[in-house]
Amino acid sequence: MSQGITLAPSRQLKKRYRAEKRFKAYCIAALLLALAFLVVFFSDMIRQGYSAFVQTEIKVDVTYNEDTVKFTNESVTEDVSPLISRAFYRTIPRQVEANPDLMNTTQTRWLTATAHVDQYRKGYSDRLDPELKATLDRLESEGRVSYGFNSGLFFSGDSKIPSNAGLWSAFVGSFYVMIVVLVVSFPIGVATAIYLEEFAPDNRFTQGIEININNLAAVPSILFGLLGLAIFINFFGVPRSSALAGGLTLSLMTLPVIIISTRAALKAVPQNIRQGAQAVGASRWQAIRDHVLPLSLPGILTGTIIGIAQAIGETAPLLLIGMIAYIPDAPTSMTEAATVLPAQIYTWSGMPEGAYVSLTAAGILVLLTLLITLNATAVILRNRFERRW
Amino acid sequence: METSQVLLVFFGGLVPMAAVAFALGRRKALMSDASGSRMHSLPSQYGVYVATWMALPALAIGVVAAAAALFGLQVPSAPFVLSFALFGAAVGLMLAMRKVEPTLRARNAIEKFVYWTLFSASLVSILTTFGIIISILFEALKFFSQVSVWEFVTGTNWSPVATFRPGQETADSQFGSVPLFAGTFMITLVAMSVAIPVGLLSAIYMSEYASYRVRTLAKPVLEILAGIPTVVYGFFAAITVSPLVVEVADFFGLHASYTNALAPGMVMGIMIIPFISSLSDDVINSIPNSLREGAYALGSTKSETIKQIILPAAFPGIMAASLLGISRALGETMIVVMAAGLRPNLTWNPLEDMTTVTVRIVDALTGDQAFDSPETLAAFALGLVLFVVTLTLNLVSIIIIRKFRQSYE
Repeated sequence: MSQGITLAPSRQLKKRYRAEKRFKAYCIAALLLALAFLVVFFSDMIRQGYSAFVQTEIKVDVTYNEDTVKFTNESVTEDVSPLISRAFYRTIPRQVEANPDLMNTTQTRWLTATAHVDQYRKGYSDRLDPELKATLDRLESEGRVSYGFNSGLFFSGDSKIPSNAGLWSAFVGSFYVMIVVLVVSFPIGVATAIYLEEFAPDNRFTQGIEININNLAAVPSILFGLLGLAIFINFFGVPRSSALAGGLTLSLMTLPVIIISTRAALKAVPQNIRQGAQAVGASRWQAIRDHVLPLSLPGILTGTIIGIAQAIGETAPLLLIGMIAYIPDAPTSMTEAATVLPAQIYTWSGMPEGAYVSLTAAGILVLLTLLITLNATAVILRNRFERRW
Repeated sequence: METSQVLLVFFGGLVPMAAVAFALGRRKALMSDASGSRMHSLPSQYGVYVATWMALPALAIGVVAAAAALFGLQVPSAPFVLSFALFGAAVGLMLAMRKVEPTLRARNAIEKFVYWTLFSASLVSILTTFGIIISILFEALKFFSQVSVWEFVTGTNWSPVATFRPGQETADSQFGSVPLFAGTFMITLVAMSVAIPVGLLSAIYMSEYASYRVRTLAKPVLEILAGIPTVVYGFFAAITVSPLVVEVADFFGLHASYTNALAPGMVMGIMIIPFISSLSDDVINSIPNSLREGAYALGSTKSETIKQIILPAAFPGIMAASLLGISRALGETMIVVMAAGLRPNLTWNPLEDMTTVTVRIVDALTGDQAFDSPETLAAFALGLVLFVVTLTLNLVSIIIIRKFRQSYE
């Protein structure tokens, strides 16, 4: 030690460095924990849901004649008959009506198996009648059993028969609700934001509106359901369970999201733009309409899409206004009873049959795909068109 | 006529009429300009002026008629209302056309009209708050006229007897809300003991340690957690986490219910992580660098700076973030509806099944009870308490954040 200053860290300093490392490790661990959850969550949903995208199908000969139109499960041979989903038998009279040439013919078809058979083949349950097992094994060895894409999951409505249940009526319901939310909350939200950002004097009343909007963004969603129930349904007489009632309720929830993001977008437009327009004679409104709004449009649209995505995933307020009804056929108007994607997921999650578990998870995957697409669109929109000043 | 038909005729008539009114007003202004007397505003502004004055009386008549019908007043038949609205439009058009003169400041009038339209749009958010208060308050007051506030606040037995017909005898119903609030409190506690440490430490990592690249990657990924619908979290809690909790408890020789409070609490905590982390991140970022540099200059390590300088300075903001998180946990519905129990249970053990305020609200309002039965009214009383508590938390946190922003701006 010729220098006289020891460069080797003292014991106390070592302790402090250790504490430093420990603290950083905690922080990294916390972040990793949160990210790990995301991975666990998505892999769990995929593990539970992927199998519902395909369904067991069995190749059988279907006989159409006077008897089988009446006693529809006699249209296939007796041993195979209990393996086929009831949903098919129901359609036989309709098929013959639509195509009378079918009468007195025998057609070879791939038909959807019952949920029991499907669950057994996918390895979720072992409870299948031994006789049916034997038949299934025989058919399998003849190459008459395979998996087919479960198009019913997307294109048919809800059903009490799990192999026939699908999301179509929920898609339509969600679409109607989305339209209502867009039509109601977009104009009102943007107008409010323009007022607060461009016109409002800085006084107590304006501050009150601002605090009120911030509070509304944090009010529990279920309270909006109470509002929808008491005001829209009981007072204004909007039909219960309808897409209109749901849409109006969700509009009020989406409003603060749109207002807050629109204000941020308006704020990002520099003051020079407004002053420039006004300097050449534009009025305040003309400057906003012709210059500020077009420039802030990407930001406004991004906020709107994010708000809509939130509304599409919302369930709690809709439970209170009755949007958990059993809806086998898609609604054809705003005032008919409807269901939406998350409500359909909730309904399925409460069904006792095991097949609904994978259906629920599949529904969740579809909903998440939709939401991620919407949010990704919003982000791309912002990154592509947003101008930085 | 049906409502949709009436609306179709009304707007189908109004839109072309407005177009005609616009053309008339503009033409008069153009002619006046051509004849040498210079107009104050642009010709199209006179067009908008005339069209607005034509449409407003018609709209007003339509709205009044609709409101009258809603309140059950005697309303003349739809054709009469429609023709009366048409008459109003004609009068408005005539008066406005007469006013189109060089001295009329159409631009200023439009400006004023726009201002008041925007202003009235901003009232919708206030009306929403009032709507929530009114819709909850009236039903809650009805409830408290049947059940004493004291019993509601202090009673430990919640056992409403379902009534399916209005006016049915309900003497043996008990409405002591303590077990419901205990359950809500327990689940919130579990949620916050997951969300606050994880959220805060992630925020510290992202704002103080992480490189720019890690930060831009991790932040949006964390935000995904906030975008997952609550019904999805509920399914995950019920199907995956609850059985896991039961298994782990079994391993330690404990008994856990399949609708235990721990599973929904933990999943709710995960849901709240991004709220805490992004708000705390903002707050920590707004602490001026001079504070950090001062601490480094005195020889403190990074973690010492964070613990002794940054966190105390950011404390109000972190507090506000936590309050918002608590408010969200108290009002969260789907996770507890799907994964927590339905049985009011006053216990300290999170492995037992417990129910919450929001679960009982949903349960009371999705059943088949008569709408004015004490149980459905009780749902509104619970809603009132939930509203007051979350409102207080939100306001306190909004005010703290405002003060905090001001102190560093």
